[in-house]
Amino acid sequence: MSDHEYTPKSKVGKWFNDRLPLLTLANHLTDYPTPKNLNYWWTFGGILTFCLITQIVTGLVLAMHYIAHADMAFESVEHIMRDVNYGWLIRYIHANGASMFFLAVYIHIFRSLFYGSYKSPREIIWIIGIIIYLLMMAAAFMGYVLPWGQMSFWGATVITNLFSAIPFVGEGVVTWLWGGYSVDNPTLTRFFTLHYLIPFLILGLVVLHIWALHVPGNNNPVGIDVKKPSKDTVPFHPYIVIKDGFALLMFMIVFAFFVFYAPNILGHADNYIEANPLVTPAHIVPEWYLLPFYAILRSVPDKLLGVVAMLSAILILAVLPWLDTSKIRSAVFRPLYKQFYWILVADVLVLGYVGAMPAEGLYLLIARVATAYYFLHFLVILPVLGLKERTIPLPLSITEPVMGGSPNMAMAKKNESKIE
Amino acid sequence: MSEKKPERRDFLFTATYAVGAVGAAAVVWPLVDQMNPDASVKALASTEVDVSSLKPGNTITVLWRGKPVFIRRRTQEEIDVARSVKMEDLIHPEKDEDRAKNPEWLVMLGVCTHLGCVPLNDKGDYDGWFCPCHGSHYDTSGRIRKGPAPWNMEVPKYEFVNANTIKIG
Repeated sequence: MSDHEYTPKSKVGKWFNDRLPLLTLANHLTDYPTPKNLNYWWTFGGILTFCLITQIVTGLVLAMHYIAHADMAFESVEHIMRDVNYGWLIRYIHANGASMFFLAVYIHIFRSLFYGSYKSPREIIWIIGIIIYLLMMAAAFMGYVLPWGQMSFWGATVITNLFSAIPFVGEGVVTWLWGGYSVDNPTLTRFFTLHYLIPFLILGLVVLHIWALHVPGNNNPVGIDVKKPSKDTVPFHPYIVIKDGFALLMFMIVFAFFVFYAPNILGHADNYIEANPLVTPAHIVPEWYLLPFYAILRSVPDKLLGVVAMLSAILILAVLPWLDTSKIRSAVFRPLYKQFYWILVADVLVLGYVGAMPAEGLYLLIARVATAYYFLHFLVILPVLGLKERTIPLPLSITEPVMGGSPNMAMAKKNESKIE
Repeated sequence: MSEKKPERRDFLFTATYAVGAVGAAAVVWPLVDQMNPDASVKALASTEVDVSSLKPGNTITVLWRGKPVFIRRRTQEEIDVARSVKMEDLIHPEKDEDRAKNPEWLVMLGVCTHLGCVPLNDKGDYDGWFCPCHGSHYDTSGRIRKGPAPWNMEVPKYEFVNANTIKIG
């Protein structure tokens, strides 16, 4: 937080700011002191904001042409693709935008895991982030149902049926979700409504996420607190704005590649067949970003326990700040954690791969091992590692490794005093 | 905090909260219940199917309340296999005699009890049905034998209106 009091220069500005301190807020955001050692993994917050706004804007205009009715939804999507001016472009941006959103959020989450950004005092930022992630999954799932293709219909059937695993009331809950005895028109209309609502809930939570971030300030690659703001930080504008902007441009190149050169590569051909309640596609697969959790669901042979395992896999992240007992944030100074971190990354990628494969034979075995390891990482490895691991000594400040870094502690301290 | 005797004011607060909670619940219920199946959905309760063209060993699939219903005219061999299974070999023990009152005709919801996919006919390890979604195997009586599904495929309420017509629902 900038500690100086802000007063607008112009008289009108001062008059307005005394009544609604928006200019103070703008000043806080531009002057916000940011650790000067942030690397490009820190640019995904800005990229995610861009993704959210892109989805809201393209979604808004798609809703002007889409018809949420079981008899007309499929045709109205084709109408958008063929007849509406630039409809193809807007829909492809929206559909691929969902994938780009998840790509960015996974990098953002794994950045946090590597550098320990979820640890004290940033637990609330992390938990709000997990809620945003859950809402993103709900929005993406319901959005995928709207084109009313075969994958839409059967994806909706399978996912809503997860609730039937709840003992005693499960069937009633599913009927209530459907508004009937199967996925049908009432289901489609309510999914459309909720799909429209959720991005605005996410937007509200993003504001809280950033607010909570601006209380302690950013974590950084060495994971130690800012010692002297004047020495260890730079103002958000222009330094971070330019860096975020450059990263965003790079990200948009990837985004544009998918939109213009491979708009359907992340989707499934079956979704260009209109929904048919009598025929299940031979191989139902969710979108790529849900595959690891789908693999966990299928790796458990019991229906209720499978659902419990899948939900736990996500909810376990919310208690991560208390499962990780290490006080050292950054993996840079945790030689063992760093290795387990990369094993976890590989484990999640393996889960994603087997989630896309049929649940039988070797794939099923791999899925079971990977599922077990996923939980082992969070429930056993992290708590034990924090107590047993021998960490590398932390630098004295964010500036020290750059300006006065020395393997000799006495030397480093001497250099540190010189830069002041 | 020192011990304090409840006063008139405490009673008024408690009573106000209670009335407020009842009022809030009364307002929330219509908002929740509107999502349950409406009158027009419930009205589509039964459907009649002509099964005269069905030969032994054939299955037809009809739509009832938005769900597929399998009607299979079973061969004698299938009936014999289904009736000879020991109850202790079943995940969800049900006698074939109870599932198919008229042994030649098996009528059941074509909905996998795992996550609601439509199983495929004449497939799987038990020559009955196989669900492609998560690999549940059903026998010639539609009973779950292997895989993640917890129950047998459900037999809906149905009756023979005459020799050629089945009324479901």
